[in-house]
Parts: sequence; structure tokens; C-alpha cells
Amino acid sequence: MGMPAFPEAAREALADPQLRANLRAATGTIRAKRARVVAERGDWEALREAGRAIKDEVLGSLDTYLLQLEEQVTAAGGVVHWARDAAEANRIVVELVRAAGADEVVKVKSMATQEIELNEALADAGIAAVETDLAELIVQLGHDRPSHILVPAIHRNRAQIRELFRREMAGTDDLTDDPVALAAAARAHLRRKFLSARVAVSGANFAVAENGALVVVESEGNGRMCLTLPEVLISVVGIEKVVPTSRDLEVMLQLLPRSSTGERMNPYTSIWRGATPGDGPGEFHLVLLDNGRTRALADDIGRDALRCIRCSACLNVCPVYERTGGHAYGSVYPGPIGAILTPQLRGPDPVADSLPYASSLCGACYEVCPVKIDIPRALVHLRAEVHHRPAERLAMRAAAWIFTSPRRFALARRLTRLGTRLAGLPGPWRRWTTTRDLPQPHESFRDWWERRN
Amino acid sequence: MRVGLFLTCLNDMLFAGVGKAVVRVLERLGHEVVFPLAQTCCGQAHLNTGYRSECAPLARKFATDFAGLDHVVSPSASCVAMVREHHPALVAPGVRVPPVHEFTEFLVDVLGVTDVGAVFPHRVTYHPTCHGLRALNLGDRPTALLRAVRGLSLVDLPEATQCCGFGGTFALKNADTSVAMGTDKARHVLATDAEVLAAVDNSCLMHIGGLLSRWRAATRVLHVAEILASGD
Ligand code: SF4
Repeated sequence: MGMPAFPEAAREALADPQLRANLRAATGTIRAKRARVVAERGDWEALREAGRAIKDEVLGSLDTYLLQLEEQVTAAGGVVHWARDAAEANRIVVELVRAAGADEVVKVKSMATQEIELNEALADAGIAAVETDLAELIVQLGHDRPSHILVPAIHRNRAQIRELFRREMAGTDDLTDDPVALAAAARAHLRRKFLSARVAVSGANFAVAENGALVVVESEGNGRMCLTLPEVLISVVGIEKVVPTSRDLEVMLQLLPRSSTGERMNPYTSIWRGATPGDGPGEFHLVLLDNGRTRALADDIGRDALRCIRCSACLNVCPVYERTGGHAYGSVYPGPIGAILTPQLRGPDPVADSLPYASSLCGACYEVCPVKIDIPRALVHLRAEVHHRPAERLAMRAAAWIFTSPRRFALARRLTRLGTRLAGLPGPWRRWTTTRDLPQPHESFRDWWERRN
Repeated sequence: MRVGLFLTCLNDMLFAGVGKAVVRVLERLGHEVVFPLAQTCCGQAHLNTGYRSECAPLARKFATDFAGLDHVVSPSASCVAMVREHHPALVAPGVRVPPVHEFTEFLVDVLGVTDVGAVFPHRVTYHPTCHGLRALNLGDRPTALLRAVRGLSLVDLPEATQCCGFGGTFALKNADTSVAMGTDKARHVLATDAEVLAAVDNSCLMHIGGLLSRWRAATRVLHVAEILASGD
């Protein structure tokens, strides 16, 4: 991928004071909002448990639910496509857009299409993809990468956004950095796109197996435009997004907005089934995406990551994410969930192998996750699976060898006490002593213990 | 009561004071402390860094070293969480994992005391370490003990529940991020004007204290046990 592993990428982000200030302000605000609306619910723990149970039920019989979903979507007039990986999914979408005779598509924010880099694939085929979420639009206009699942432009402040709009949008010469003015400029820009587009591409938050309904949850109304105005609608959806019944939405639609935007209810929830002549898009295509999900499904502990409903609560409470931002994770899925999902979806590579270590295991993510993913447990599990550097393996083996013998441990204690007298330690320990002092021990516990007994 | 002390490898190597403090407090309360000399390490760093098979012998050794004790007390929330949560799956089938208690948990839950008769006339702030807070759910046990100390004034630490950034080998593998987190924590500590920062894990205190010391700050770090042992 040519991307740096987490520690190096994080170092770059840490050196950017503007980024750190933006992240701190934004995550702090969302964190407080979430805490407030979650505290309103006396049954929050029961809701979380119900959310976990629904997702575990689905993951336990995913094949059955997916076939049921296909049957129902087809019966409702939709067409279902199966994509093993990103390349296959992109090929399917490109062909569908070409068949519709379009060279531009409007898009509603979707993690799955970012994961497969659909916009790039469309561009290669001469098709322009227009992101219609405000934040995604900012990212797209800035030729940037999103840095947060829910707040993709969390790394930009409004002065930076105004400059971007002035550069990229017609008729914005006197634009101020007032949020209302910025939103109005984006709105005028997007209206023109909605009215001219013939094809829309979306993801989905949930897909209901029993009746083939798809659900998109959003805040700006751009999703509703995309889902209803164009003639052809293509939804790219990860296979883990299925829920058994419409009733399950009762739980999920309570968990999601409170966890993600800190709202009791999100402004727009669109639910549709297949295609209805004369009412919305005349053609509906559902592209079901694997792209590493079945690999994760085969792992007893790693599988929990597939319960994720992409609320981003875990990012907002993560002390590591708060300081490094999303780009350091080298993936569309940043933060704690990214640290366990990316290595499983992508398989081993140096960036993916560094991600399970991008955590102090503080447990704040697990505490807020609405579907109770024990992220620290999954991190520790994945750390045992990734490639270990030979020098590190040797050091860990040596440490275990020392700790299995009281005599060797006695010698190690003496050496450690000598080591603390040095101003700087050698090897990997230098990473400690360049910024932090070491404690200065006096009489050892054991000497004291012996003396008084 | 006969109580086994699991000092932990880190304290055994670098922080003698906390071991002495635990012994003093327990003896002052009339209990007998046993220190199995063969003890070494619970294997937490190995497990958490992804070396599960290297960790298993350490878990088995721990079970042998502390066999037969009805109460094992340790002044480290993270090591207690390690033994309690992970040792059962690491020891041989049928082997009993020794019943471990974090020190403040043992005082409040098992011995039923919050006033241990300590005197410490200083301004103190308390950092709830992640394992104490989220793995062991220590809640207000440590602060209840501190509040009962004569002369001690306890001040709130801003953003107390956020991780200090130590995280075991995280402090070395992701040193820059770890230090950025520790720097924010240390700044919050300084903002309280406390003379002492207290916690129930010396690993976290070593990290925050290492920064404070490098900055030549006057604030000292002390394990809660050391404060509870003072005054006699
Ligand atoms: S892992 Fe949990 S908290 Fe994080 S985004 Fe997914 S559902 Fe939300």
C-alpha cells in the first residue's frame, strides 16, 4: 500500500497542532452529547445486550439470512449481485452505471464504497462520483481522505472549509466562514447535482432478511434525495449488515443515533423495498459485498467485529484516536474498530499488522459500544495472530525464560536496579528515556523483607 | 487472617516502597503477611503483546507459587485483572487459580475497612487507572480509603477517566502517542496543584511520574498503599 505503519503515521499526526485541536474539540463535543442521551435511557444495558444478540444471531446463520434477503429483494423487484471482493464489486457497479448510460453518479455516504475505493474505480471508467454528504463533499473537494467514520472532515475547521469552497465552487467569492453560509453554498451546489443525476449509489445501515427492506440512516436529507430522485439506485452493502426482521430495527434504530451523533433520533431514516414503478427509482440493484468478511467470520473472537454498526462511538472515546486522528490508521475504518476490522478484512501487511497494537487497551471503546464488541479482547487476540519481528520475539522469549526461574529473576532485578542509574537506556528502552525519567529505587523489597523476618 | 502478597515483577524490580506499604497496612490491621519468595510475574505483558504461548508457563508458575493461600493481595489493578480474567484459560485443567484481590478492593470488600488509621497532611489527586476502573470496577473504593486519611485533602483530577497512555508495551511500541497521552494527563495533574498524584498501578505512575520528573515538576507520585501506610 506504500503507507507507513501506525507508529510512524501517528508521529506525523501528533506533530500537527491544528489537527489535534480540531480532534479534541470535536470528539469532546460528541462524547458529551452521547453520554447525555445514553444516560436518559434506564434500559441502555438491556438495549445493548439486545443489539449484541441480534447481530450474533445473524452471524451464526449468515448464509440462511443472506439467501432469504436475496429472495425477498428479488421478489420486490430488485436485482441482487454477489461480490467476492472489491474488484468484483467495482466491476458490477461500473457495468450497471454504463448500462444506464450515465457518466455521473450521486452518492450518499457509505463506508462500504469507500472500503472498495469505488470512486476511484468509477473515475477510471470515466464516471464522476459526486459525494453529497456535506463532510464527504469537503473531503472530496479537498482531494483528501476521510478521517472519521461519522465526521469525515473532523480534521478541517471552518476557515479551512471556506477556502476549499471558494476554490472549488462557482459563485462563492464572498463566502464567509459562518456555518450557515457554508451549508447554503454546499446546498446550492448539491441541488444542481441531484436534479441532473440519473444514477445514485448508496450503502445501507441495515438490510432486513424477512422482507428485503433496506435502511439508510442520515442527517442531512441528501440520502433521501439520492434514494428517490434518480432512475437507477445501486446499493453496495456488506454481508454483515443483514438483520432477521423489521422488529430488530426497533433495537438498532435506538442504539445507532444515540451512539453516533448523540441524538435520540436521527433526522432522516429511509426504508425501501426493491423497485416500485412510478415511485422512486425504477431499477434497484443490491450488491452484497464479502471482501474479507467471511475470513473474519471464521475467527471465533475476531468475528465480533462484524457486529459493528459503524456508529463511531468507539472512535470518539478513544484516547489514541483523539490524538492521532483517522489517517494514521491507513484504512477507511479508523479508531478502535478499524484496529480490529482492517487486519481481518485486508489480511496481513505491515500496516495491518501494526494496527492491533495501536491501543493502550484502556477499554473505553468496549464501554460505549452499542453492540458490546469487546474490542480490547479482540485486539489482544489479533496481536497473537499478526507477524512478530524476530528481535521482539527473542526479547519476549528471553523475558519469559527469566520469569520462569526465581534465580534468573533475582539477577534481572539487580541489573534493572543498575540500569535505572543510567541517564539513557539502550535499544528499544531508549524510547522510554528520551522523554521520561526512570524511578530511582532504594533498598529492595526483598532485602527489607529478609532484614525484618 | 493469613494473606499472601503478590508484589508483581515491576514493583519487585523498581518499587520496593509499595510492597513495604502493603505489609505495614495489613499488619497494622492485625493480619499476617506471607511473601512467597519464588514469585516472579503474572505474564500480563506477554499476553497483551501477543505472546500467549510464552505467557502460559508464567500463569502455571503463579498458580504453584501461591497455591494453598486463601487470599492473595496485590498492589496492581492490571496484574489482578490479568490473573482473574486470563489465568483460568492458561493453567492446566483442574488447577486452581489463586484468589487474587487488588489491595484497595481487599481492604474495603474483604476486610470491610475504609479508615486504616493513616495520617497524610497533603493535597492529593487520584488517577483511576484503566484496569482499576474498567476491568475491576473499583469504583470509589480507593477514594473512600483516601478520604478517610487524616489531614489529606483530595482534589478532583480533570478528565480523570481518560487513559494515561502507559498501556504496557504500548509505551514503547507507540512511544509518541503514549507520551502525547501522558503529557495531557500530567498537565491535568499539574492543574490541580496537588502535591501528590496517587493511583493503584505503579506502571501508570511510572509513566506519568517519569514525565513530571523530566519536567522538574514538584508533584510526586505515590501508590495509594504508600499513603495508607503513612503516619505510623
Ligand atoms: S465497534 Fe461498536 S462503538 Fe465502534 S463503531 Fe462499531 S458499533 Fe460503534
